Parts: sequence; structure tokens; C-alpha cells
Amino acid sequence: MSERTDRGDPTTADRMLPPESPAGAPFWAASRERRLLLPWCVPCGAAHWYPRGFCPVCLGDEIEWRPASGGGRVHAVSVQPKVPFPGVGGEPPYAVALVDLDEGVRMMLRVVADDAWSVAVDDAVSIGWEPLSDGRHLPVALPSDPPA
Amino acid sequence: MSAHPLRAATAVVGVADAADPSGMLDGTVTELEARMIREALDDAGLTLADVDGLAINNGAGWAASLEAAERLGLAPRWTDSTQTGGSSFEIHVQHAAAAIALGLAEVVVVVYASTPRSSHKRGGGGFRSRALGGVTPALEWDLPHGLRLPMGAYALAASRHVHEFGTTPEQLASIAVQTREWAAMNPRARLRDPITVEDVLASPVEASPLHKLDCCLVTDGAGAVVLTSAERAADLAKPPVYVLGAGTCHTHASITSMPDLTTTGGVVSGREAFRIAGLGPGDVDVVELYDSFTITVLLALEDLGFCAKGEGGAFVADGPLRPGGALPANTNGGGLAYTHPGQYGIFLLVEAARQLRGEAGDRQVPGAEVAVAHGSGGVLSAMSTVVLGSEATR
Repeated sequence: MSERTDRGDPTTADRMLPPESPAGAPFWAASRERRLLLPWCVPCGAAHWYPRGFCPVCLGDEIEWRPASGGGRVHAVSVQPKVPFPGVGGEPPYAVALVDLDEGVRMMLRVVADDAWSVAVDDAVSIGWEPLSDGRHLPVALPSDPPA
Repeated sequence: MSAHPLRAATAVVGVADAADPSGMLDGTVTELEARMIREALDDAGLTLADVDGLAINNGAGWAASLEAAERLGLAPRWTDSTQTGGSSFEIHVQHAAAAIALGLAEVVVVVYASTPRSSHKRGGGGFRSRALGGVTPALEWDLPHGLRLPMGAYALAASRHVHEFGTTPEQLASIAVQTREWAAMNPRARLRDPITVEDVLASPVEASPLHKLDCCLVTDGAGAVVLTSAERAADLAKPPVYVLGAGTCHTHASITSMPDLTTTGGVVSGREAFRIAGLGPGDVDVVELYDSFTITVLLALEDLGFCAKGEGGAFVADGPLRPGGALPANTNGGGLAYTHPGQYGIFLLVEAARQLRGEAGDRQVPGAEVAVAHGSGGVLSAMSTVVLGSEATR
């Protein structure tokens, strides 16, 4: 166990491996190449989150996985002074946000920021990836550089 | 002799089923559920948009109908997770018929799917396949990011309320301060010492913007209520507390899927409960509002119509919730200071009934005739509102 782990920041080896549902498998497969794919309902022409294997609007099963821009905006944010339990989150304090992606879906993500307390609603973020021990990656939000 | 009110009041209008000689079906349990619903609605000439009630008896996590409705994109105003094994679906139909006859729902879907054979052939859990192989959306998509639950989910809603409406931590804190004044009068309350807004803000942050004193207790606790017909109640020992109205709405299972972080299903549950009661927020003498967190109370006050959306912060800052206030709230000291054994809803009903019977002692609200007990489940997920009244309201 590393010192970092003792402080609550899981190393790759100690990080919880997210379980993988059949509907979510294409997301996790693409995460191996650090590519963000989202499920789209072809007839509805809309992305949805989370993947269920069918569209939550029409219940149709014509689902296509399409690359996402990786851009988004913080919809809501909360700083966590402690991890809920070892193997998840980051080194406290860290921020967890609901991020609205450019494709119109909302995803829960940890924001990897130098100062967790500075992360604010409406901040622009982009998707980053943290390696997992099985070759998959966990998506995180990275604060975008402020406009010049 | 008049007919039973349920007689011929409802009908089955769409059906679907799936089976295969191989004994196996393609697709996961949840995909099969969606397919059955789609086909049954097609059969009926209805669409998902017509559905306002859902019954399902088994889930992957802790609350079957919440999780299923979220997957299906539904916010039903009538819900049933009754689980009695093989007879569950007949019971769902019975409940649904009564609900529809009384106007609590118009179109109810009852659904079931299970894939024990194909799961067993794949080396899976057999009958346990119902549980998606143990993977819930929360485990797969939320948990790895490290949000502390439940407080983190409520904190995200509070974050959004602060952003949209300028609500302040001081305003949220004032809810805890006012609730503590009630607890001081309840000898069985866990926390009875008075607190100030400054005390709340000085307590440790649990998940920003919520502090420790914005959060409910963790205690042991238990309660029960008994209901009977109004006719029978007339002959019993205590003054009847009439159920004047009730309403329910659940909108999501995970906070990520909450349609609007500053508006709960209380808008619908409250509207329904008041509609049935023939009353409005202005008729209420005392409220017992689930106070898992201060933000839970703020949202309930807005969504039930005690103040306008976004004005909850200014509303509570005036002190209406305290003893002698315009809207006495959580008169036992609430989940914030009396007790909170995980699922607090029973205590809302017990305290509301005591207030309407005039049994609340030092904390009695004078002349209380109408009370609201408003429960919240999950992470602002499932709201249920009961309007109760004394004999005078009958």
C-alpha cells in the first residue's frame, strides 16, 4: 500500500474496477483507447446516458455508438472532504460534478483540478481518462483553459 | 343496491409475451422488459407517453419501480413494487384497478422478465440473473467517481439551487436552527441544545455546500400507524385523523438522472394530495417535511407550494418553521435533531397525527386541524404527500 492510498487517493492498482453491464460494454471497450463513445437512438436522433440497451424515450433498440466531442460544462458540483470508501474518488478534497456534455447528456464525473474548491457551476470542462488496472479507463472531467 | 365502485371501472387493453422453444431468449432482462412494454403498448394503440403508473416486483438494486422507471424514462404518479413471488402480478392488477378507478393513474404498465435458463447456460447466476449480473447503473456509472452518498447527491441539488436562485448556506442553515428549537421541547430528541446559523456553518463540510449540521442524524428508531375506515374509526378510542388526500411521484433513482435538480416529484405528489383533499397550502396548520438534509426541506416547501420556486431561501430566513411561526414544521425535532433511523417517513405520520389530536404537549401547535406529512425516498427520488385532518375537516 502506498502512502497516497493511505490518504485516500487510489493508485491504479487499488482503484475499484467499475462493473461492466452488457449495455455498457461498448463504452468500456472504447475507453481502452481513451475514446469517448455515447449511445444514440437512431430513430430519435438523440444521445442518451446511461446506456440501457434501448432508448429511454421510445424504448427502441436501434442503438448506435458514436464518438463524442469530449467537451462539456459543469451543471452542479460538490466537494468531497472524504472518500466514501477506499478505491473510489480521488485524494480529498476533490470535486464531483454532474457534467452536461455537448451531445446533450449528463454524466457524473470527478473533476481533476488543482483546487477542488475552485470548481464552479458553468465551468467548461473536457473529458480526460484515468487508467484502470484491467486496461480500461475511467472518464474524468478536466477544467478547460480559461479563454485567452 | 349500488355497484361496487371497482366493478367494470377498468379493463386490460394491451398484452405481450415472449418465449422460445429453446427455452432461452436473446437480450438482457431489462431489454426484455422494454420490449414487452413496447409491444403491449403497440397492442393497445398507446405510447409510453400515455403511461402514468408502473408496477414491477423485482429489481437489480434496492427499489424495483424506481430503477425500472428511470431506465424507461418514466416519472409515474402511481407506483407499485409489491413483491409476493408468483402472484405479484395479480396483486399489481388489483392495486392498479383501484388506483385507476379512483383517478390516481390512467394507464398502468405491469411488467416482468427473467432469463434463468440462458443465464445458467452462460455460467451465470441462474435465477439471480434478474439482478443484471449484479451490475446496477449506480455501481457502473456513479460510484467510481467517489460521490459520498447520500449527502453528496443532496449537495449537488443544493449546488444547483445556490447557482440558479442565489440561495445561501445561511438560509439552508436556518432550517436546522428552527428545527432544533422544536427538538428542545421534545424530551426524546437526540439533539436538544439550541444552535445558531454560525454553529451550522462552523460544523465540518460533509459535501459542499452541506455541513454536518445540515445533515440528519443516524439513530435507531421505529414507528407504526394503523388505518381503518372512517366509519370504523368513529367508534375507536382516539379522535380520528382522516386521510384527506395522498399523492406520489418518483422521478429518478440516481441523482445523475434527476430531470431538474431544483424540482422534485413533490410538485406532482403535493398537487395530487391537495387536489384530492380539496385543500391548498394555505389551509395547512402544521407540516412534517422529510428532513434528511436542509435542502430536502427547502425543496419541499417550494414544490408543495408553500412558497414559489426559487424563493425557499428567503422564505425560511424569516423563521416561519419555528415554534410560533407561520408554518410550524418538523415539530418533533425532525430527522435533523429528533431521530433518523435510515428511513424516517413513519415519524412524519406519527407526529402529524399527534398534532391533530392535540397530544403534542409543549410543542402542540394551537388549533391544528390540517397537517401535511411529506416523505422523500432515495436521493430526492420518490416523493409522497399525505394530507391529514381532524374531525373538523371531515
